[in-house]
Amino acid sequence: MTASAEASAREGSSVRGRALADAARSGDRRALARLLTQIEDRTSAAEAALRILYPLAGKAHLVGVTGAPGAGKSTLVASLVGEARAGGRPVAVLAIDPSSPITGGAILGDRVRMQAYAGDRDVFIRSMASRGHVGGLATSTVAAAAVLDACGFPLIFIETVGTGQSEVAVAAIADTTLVVQAPEMGDEVQAIKAGLLEVADIVVVNKADRPGADRAASHLRAMLTVGAQHDRALGDRPRPKRPDVLLASGMAGTGVSEILAALDRREAKHGAGSREQADGTRLARAEAQLAGILAERLHQQLWDPERAAATEAVLRAVADHELDPYAAADQLLVSVAKGGRDGPTSAT
Amino acid sequence: MLARGLRDEGFEVVYTGLRQTPEMVVSAALQEDVDVVGLSILSGAHMTLLPRIVDGLRAQGMDDVLVTAGGIIPDVDIPVLREAGVDRVFGPGTTIRQVADYIRENARPHENG
Ligand SMILES: Nc1nc2c(ncn2[C@@H]2O[C@H](COP(=O)(O)OP(=O)(O)OP(=O)(O)O)[C@@H](O)[C@H]2O)c(=O)[nH]1
Ligand SMILES: [Mg+2]
Repeated sequence: MTASAEASAREGSSVRGRALADAARSGDRRALARLLTQIEDRTSAAEAALRILYPLAGKAHLVGVTGAPGAGKSTLVASLVGEARAGGRPVAVLAIDPSSPITGGAILGDRVRMQAYAGDRDVFIRSMASRGHVGGLATSTVAAAAVLDACGFPLIFIETVGTGQSEVAVAAIADTTLVVQAPEMGDEVQAIKAGLLEVADIVVVNKADRPGADRAASHLRAMLTVGAQHDRALGDRPRPKRPDVLLASGMAGTGVSEILAALDRREAKHGAGSREQADGTRLARAEAQLAGILAERLHQQLWDPERAAATEAVLRAVADHELDPYAAADQLLVSVAKGGRDGPTSAT
Repeated sequence: MLARGLRDEGFEVVYTGLRQTPEMVVSAALQEDVDVVGLSILSGAHMTLLPRIVDGLRAQGMDDVLVTAGGIIPDVDIPVLREAGVDRVFGPGTTIRQVADYIRENARPHENG
């Protein structure tokens, strides 16, 4: 494409992005769905839409739901959705499943547990594959949540499997993080290994209809208490959160209203109205988002047709041990900073 | 099975489960903004379910979504289903590769950049 053709293509997609944003905001669910696709595909239409929607967001309560595979997260989220709907609140769910690193494909299966709300336009459920984006998963997720927030969903659940670092990171960018545990032995150790308990605001021992749930809950509480004493002994060092432990059964629906109540209490205390403790979360979220976008922008610059050969030469020098990677990184940064306005990317 | 196979072909597959009503299928297709709806119908109710799903998608403005079906569908029913707006019926013995190729050739393209 010539520079001017590229500029007009970009103009076209900004117009499309703005139109989608307006339609989505006025309640058009298909427009909302299509906008979320643009966000996932990271198009310039998505950027144009976010320019409108981001300033309108920041009001919703983002609840991360994570835990080991099969812990019952989707079933529990479905019950929480039902509970919130009973109170009349619109609810959205972002259900994230991993992409295959080899084929890029994904099976998004969380929706199976949430199909009961098909007729309700105030429940919006969207599955997303983690994909292998340079910018990381956090960027698209936060952007998708901001869109749902601006479109009038005050409560947004974000489900991720708590196995990889990036999934745990996504849970941690939420205002409140729910970690779901099944009562089976060994789950606690898994959770500690994955760093799950460190990001939890609320731990739910789920499947409480099964034997062993009470014991698992008291075991967890004891463990967290010991952890807290140890933290005090550490003095000024940053302390992990001290989560509440709640028992529930997503399937039987027990303990679900208590979880929602606990979420609402947290929201009342730390929510958009209050500045203090939630500030840390909001800053972390902004940082995760920016880090992803910066990495992506840098990647675009480095592999811009005008610069790709030079980038590749530096890469080769590092591969051949002729240049150390830190010096290489500095060299690339300097080159981008100097020449960042050259080439077809300056056509805007 | 098909979901697994298509994942291995590089597709993102939203699996909605068994025994879905047309309303559930349409709602999932809308919210997920899918490019293709693939339906497996073993119950024998394809002549009622498939047209209702196609109509539901159209009513939501999703005319550009590819609708495919498989399962147990007698050959005689295929022309009627095609007439009703089902884009493709896959017979028994269709390979996953064939389904994947069909989707790649016929689904609406995504925009880049
Ligand atoms: N007994 C019992 N089983 C449950 C409960 N909740 C979920 N299950 C079962 O546990 C299995 C997994 O449930 P999901 O809700 O899909 O779990 P998940 O954590 O979302 O799973 P992934 O997203 O695959 O990691 C299913 O077979 C459910 O039927 C519960 O409260 N009690
Ligand atoms: Mg799930």
